[in-house]
Amino acid sequence: MEEKLTLFKNRKRFGIEKNIDIIFKNTALVLSSFVAIILLGIILVVFFQSFESFSRYGLKFLVTSEWNPVKDEYGAFTAIYGTLVTSFLSLLITIPLGVGTAIFITEDFVPKVVREIIGSFVELLAAIPSVVLGLWAIFVMEPFFRAFFVFLHNFFGWIPLFSTEPTGRNSLLAILILVVMLLPIVTSIARDSLNQVPKKLRNAAYGIGASRWKTIFSVILPAALSGIMAGVLLALGRAMGETMAVTMIIGNSNAFSWSILSPGYTISSMLANQFGEADGSQVSSLFYAAFVLMILSLVVNIFAQWLVKKFSLKY
Amino acid sequence: MNSLYYQKRLSRNIGDTFFTSLSVICALIAILPLIFLVTYILIKGGSQITPELFTLEPNPPGDDLDAGGINPALIGTLIITTIASIIAIPVGVGGGIYLAEYSKGGAFSRFIRFGVNVLAGVPSIIAGVFIYALIVSTKILFGSMYSGLAGGMALSILMLPTVIKTTDEGLKLVPNELRYASLGVGASMYTTILKVTLPSAIRSIATGVVLGIARAAGETAPLIFTALFSYYYITGFGDLFYEMGSLAVLIYNFALEPYDAQNKLAWAASFILVLSILSVNIFSRILAAFTEKTKRV
Repeated sequence: MEEKLTLFKNRKRFGIEKNIDIIFKNTALVLSSFVAIILLGIILVVFFQSFESFSRYGLKFLVTSEWNPVKDEYGAFTAIYGTLVTSFLSLLITIPLGVGTAIFITEDFVPKVVREIIGSFVELLAAIPSVVLGLWAIFVMEPFFRAFFVFLHNFFGWIPLFSTEPTGRNSLLAILILVVMLLPIVTSIARDSLNQVPKKLRNAAYGIGASRWKTIFSVILPAALSGIMAGVLLALGRAMGETMAVTMIIGNSNAFSWSILSPGYTISSMLANQFGEADGSQVSSLFYAAFVLMILSLVVNIFAQWLVKKFSLKY
Repeated sequence: MNSLYYQKRLSRNIGDTFFTSLSVICALIAILPLIFLVTYILIKGGSQITPELFTLEPNPPGDDLDAGGINPALIGTLIITTIASIIAIPVGVGGGIYLAEYSKGGAFSRFIRFGVNVLAGVPSIIAGVFIYALIVSTKILFGSMYSGLAGGMALSILMLPTVIKTTDEGLKLVPNELRYASLGVGASMYTTILKVTLPSAIRSIATGVVLGIARAAGETAPLIFTALFSYYYITGFGDLFYEMGSLAVLIYNFALEPYDAQNKLAWAASFILVLSILSVNIFSRILAAFTEKTKRV
């Protein structure tokens, strides 16, 4: 009896081991809360730094396009318009291309090996740094498309989007390089969601006599829609925040123009260009612009996450 | 009888052929520029590679025909990415351990997982702006403004979500039986995690982390006003507190120079950057595929 009790006593953990366990758990807890701290820190810091500009211009900042450090007048409309136009137009081109490519990869038009090679190649391209894409855009894409832009202007110049004479770098080039950047994202997410559609659905559609593309359009794509939409929204977030390639090719001009054949600005390219040399209230205005960009991309991202949660597991 | 055979002229079959060719065209349009891009970078950049490139400082842009090398930028990229890894890997792995091993799916862990996804979507330039406001403009790091250290911190913000996510997901794949077995023989939680679950998930975690590092190495936006750029050799530890060059910022700066020599240097730097990032990616993909195969046996 006596012996048994001491054995039980020995089975207890040593105090030090218990403490290590508790310390370990709490360290992990603290480290995981770093994410929240950083996220809140970013929002608070950017907000408070932009406070001066915010209180001076209010929401007028969003709709005026004066950006004049000499007169100390700031408005970010050109940059906001540029951000929205480049990201939405690039998505408009990317969605059909990316989804089309994803369908090509998931259907059995060509042997599986070829499809897998294409798939992993597309994914590898997502790893190419955007600054390298910018370099390529400056020296290869811009000369290549010059004649095409002149053609666009000559024939469609009556549309406000193409109303200016193309000279060197412009917003349309930024849109095109964004397409190159977004394609891997949209394609790989669309491919994953198409792959997740159960085989049963396809077989059922084939069984009642639907043709291949009838099946794709009325069964497979609707079933994969939420995943594809989430991918598109993630790509939209990326497009709005993308900095380097766009900064290098968009021409960086704050003169407002509806045309995408003229040099433009996006919020991120404005930040990249001016942040280093700014001082005084210009800094605060840049922080205000950064705050707008952050809110835009946060909204898009949170909406994408909500969409995934809401519509996944439907099948 | 005819209805048993495939009839090309049927409208549904015409439609099918049309859409099939459309998707082939989409795939071609999507892939061709990408192939051009990679081959162009490799050929154009590869032709600029010389031994001096790796040992010399870049010359300041000017009419000077000899642009010099990219040694400081190359070393700078290594240092800045190392600093980012030193910060992001422990924090990220620790956070991932908490999410996967300790949290019970409550509000806190859901909030953190949500935060990880949101942080992953924060534009990279915002990370730069944040570090600028927090560290560069306040001179909080021993009075230094732009520094390699600040650049590394900015990059670590971008790496953190990737590291947490891969740790979390890697640990979740470890079968619970292993945990039960370890706890059953009397090991404490931390021994179980450090000796059993973490080692069995280490390969997938390592793959994710390496991919995250490769991505961070190519990031430019967070560095342009945190680490800035420098033309001079990195000679000692003290240089961490001064402006530091990196391959990405070198490409950005020199691509916009009007001089041919600097542009060529930008191409050479792109070659090195792209080649190393692509090879890390391919290598870790092969490793991951290999691991999966051995696991199934």
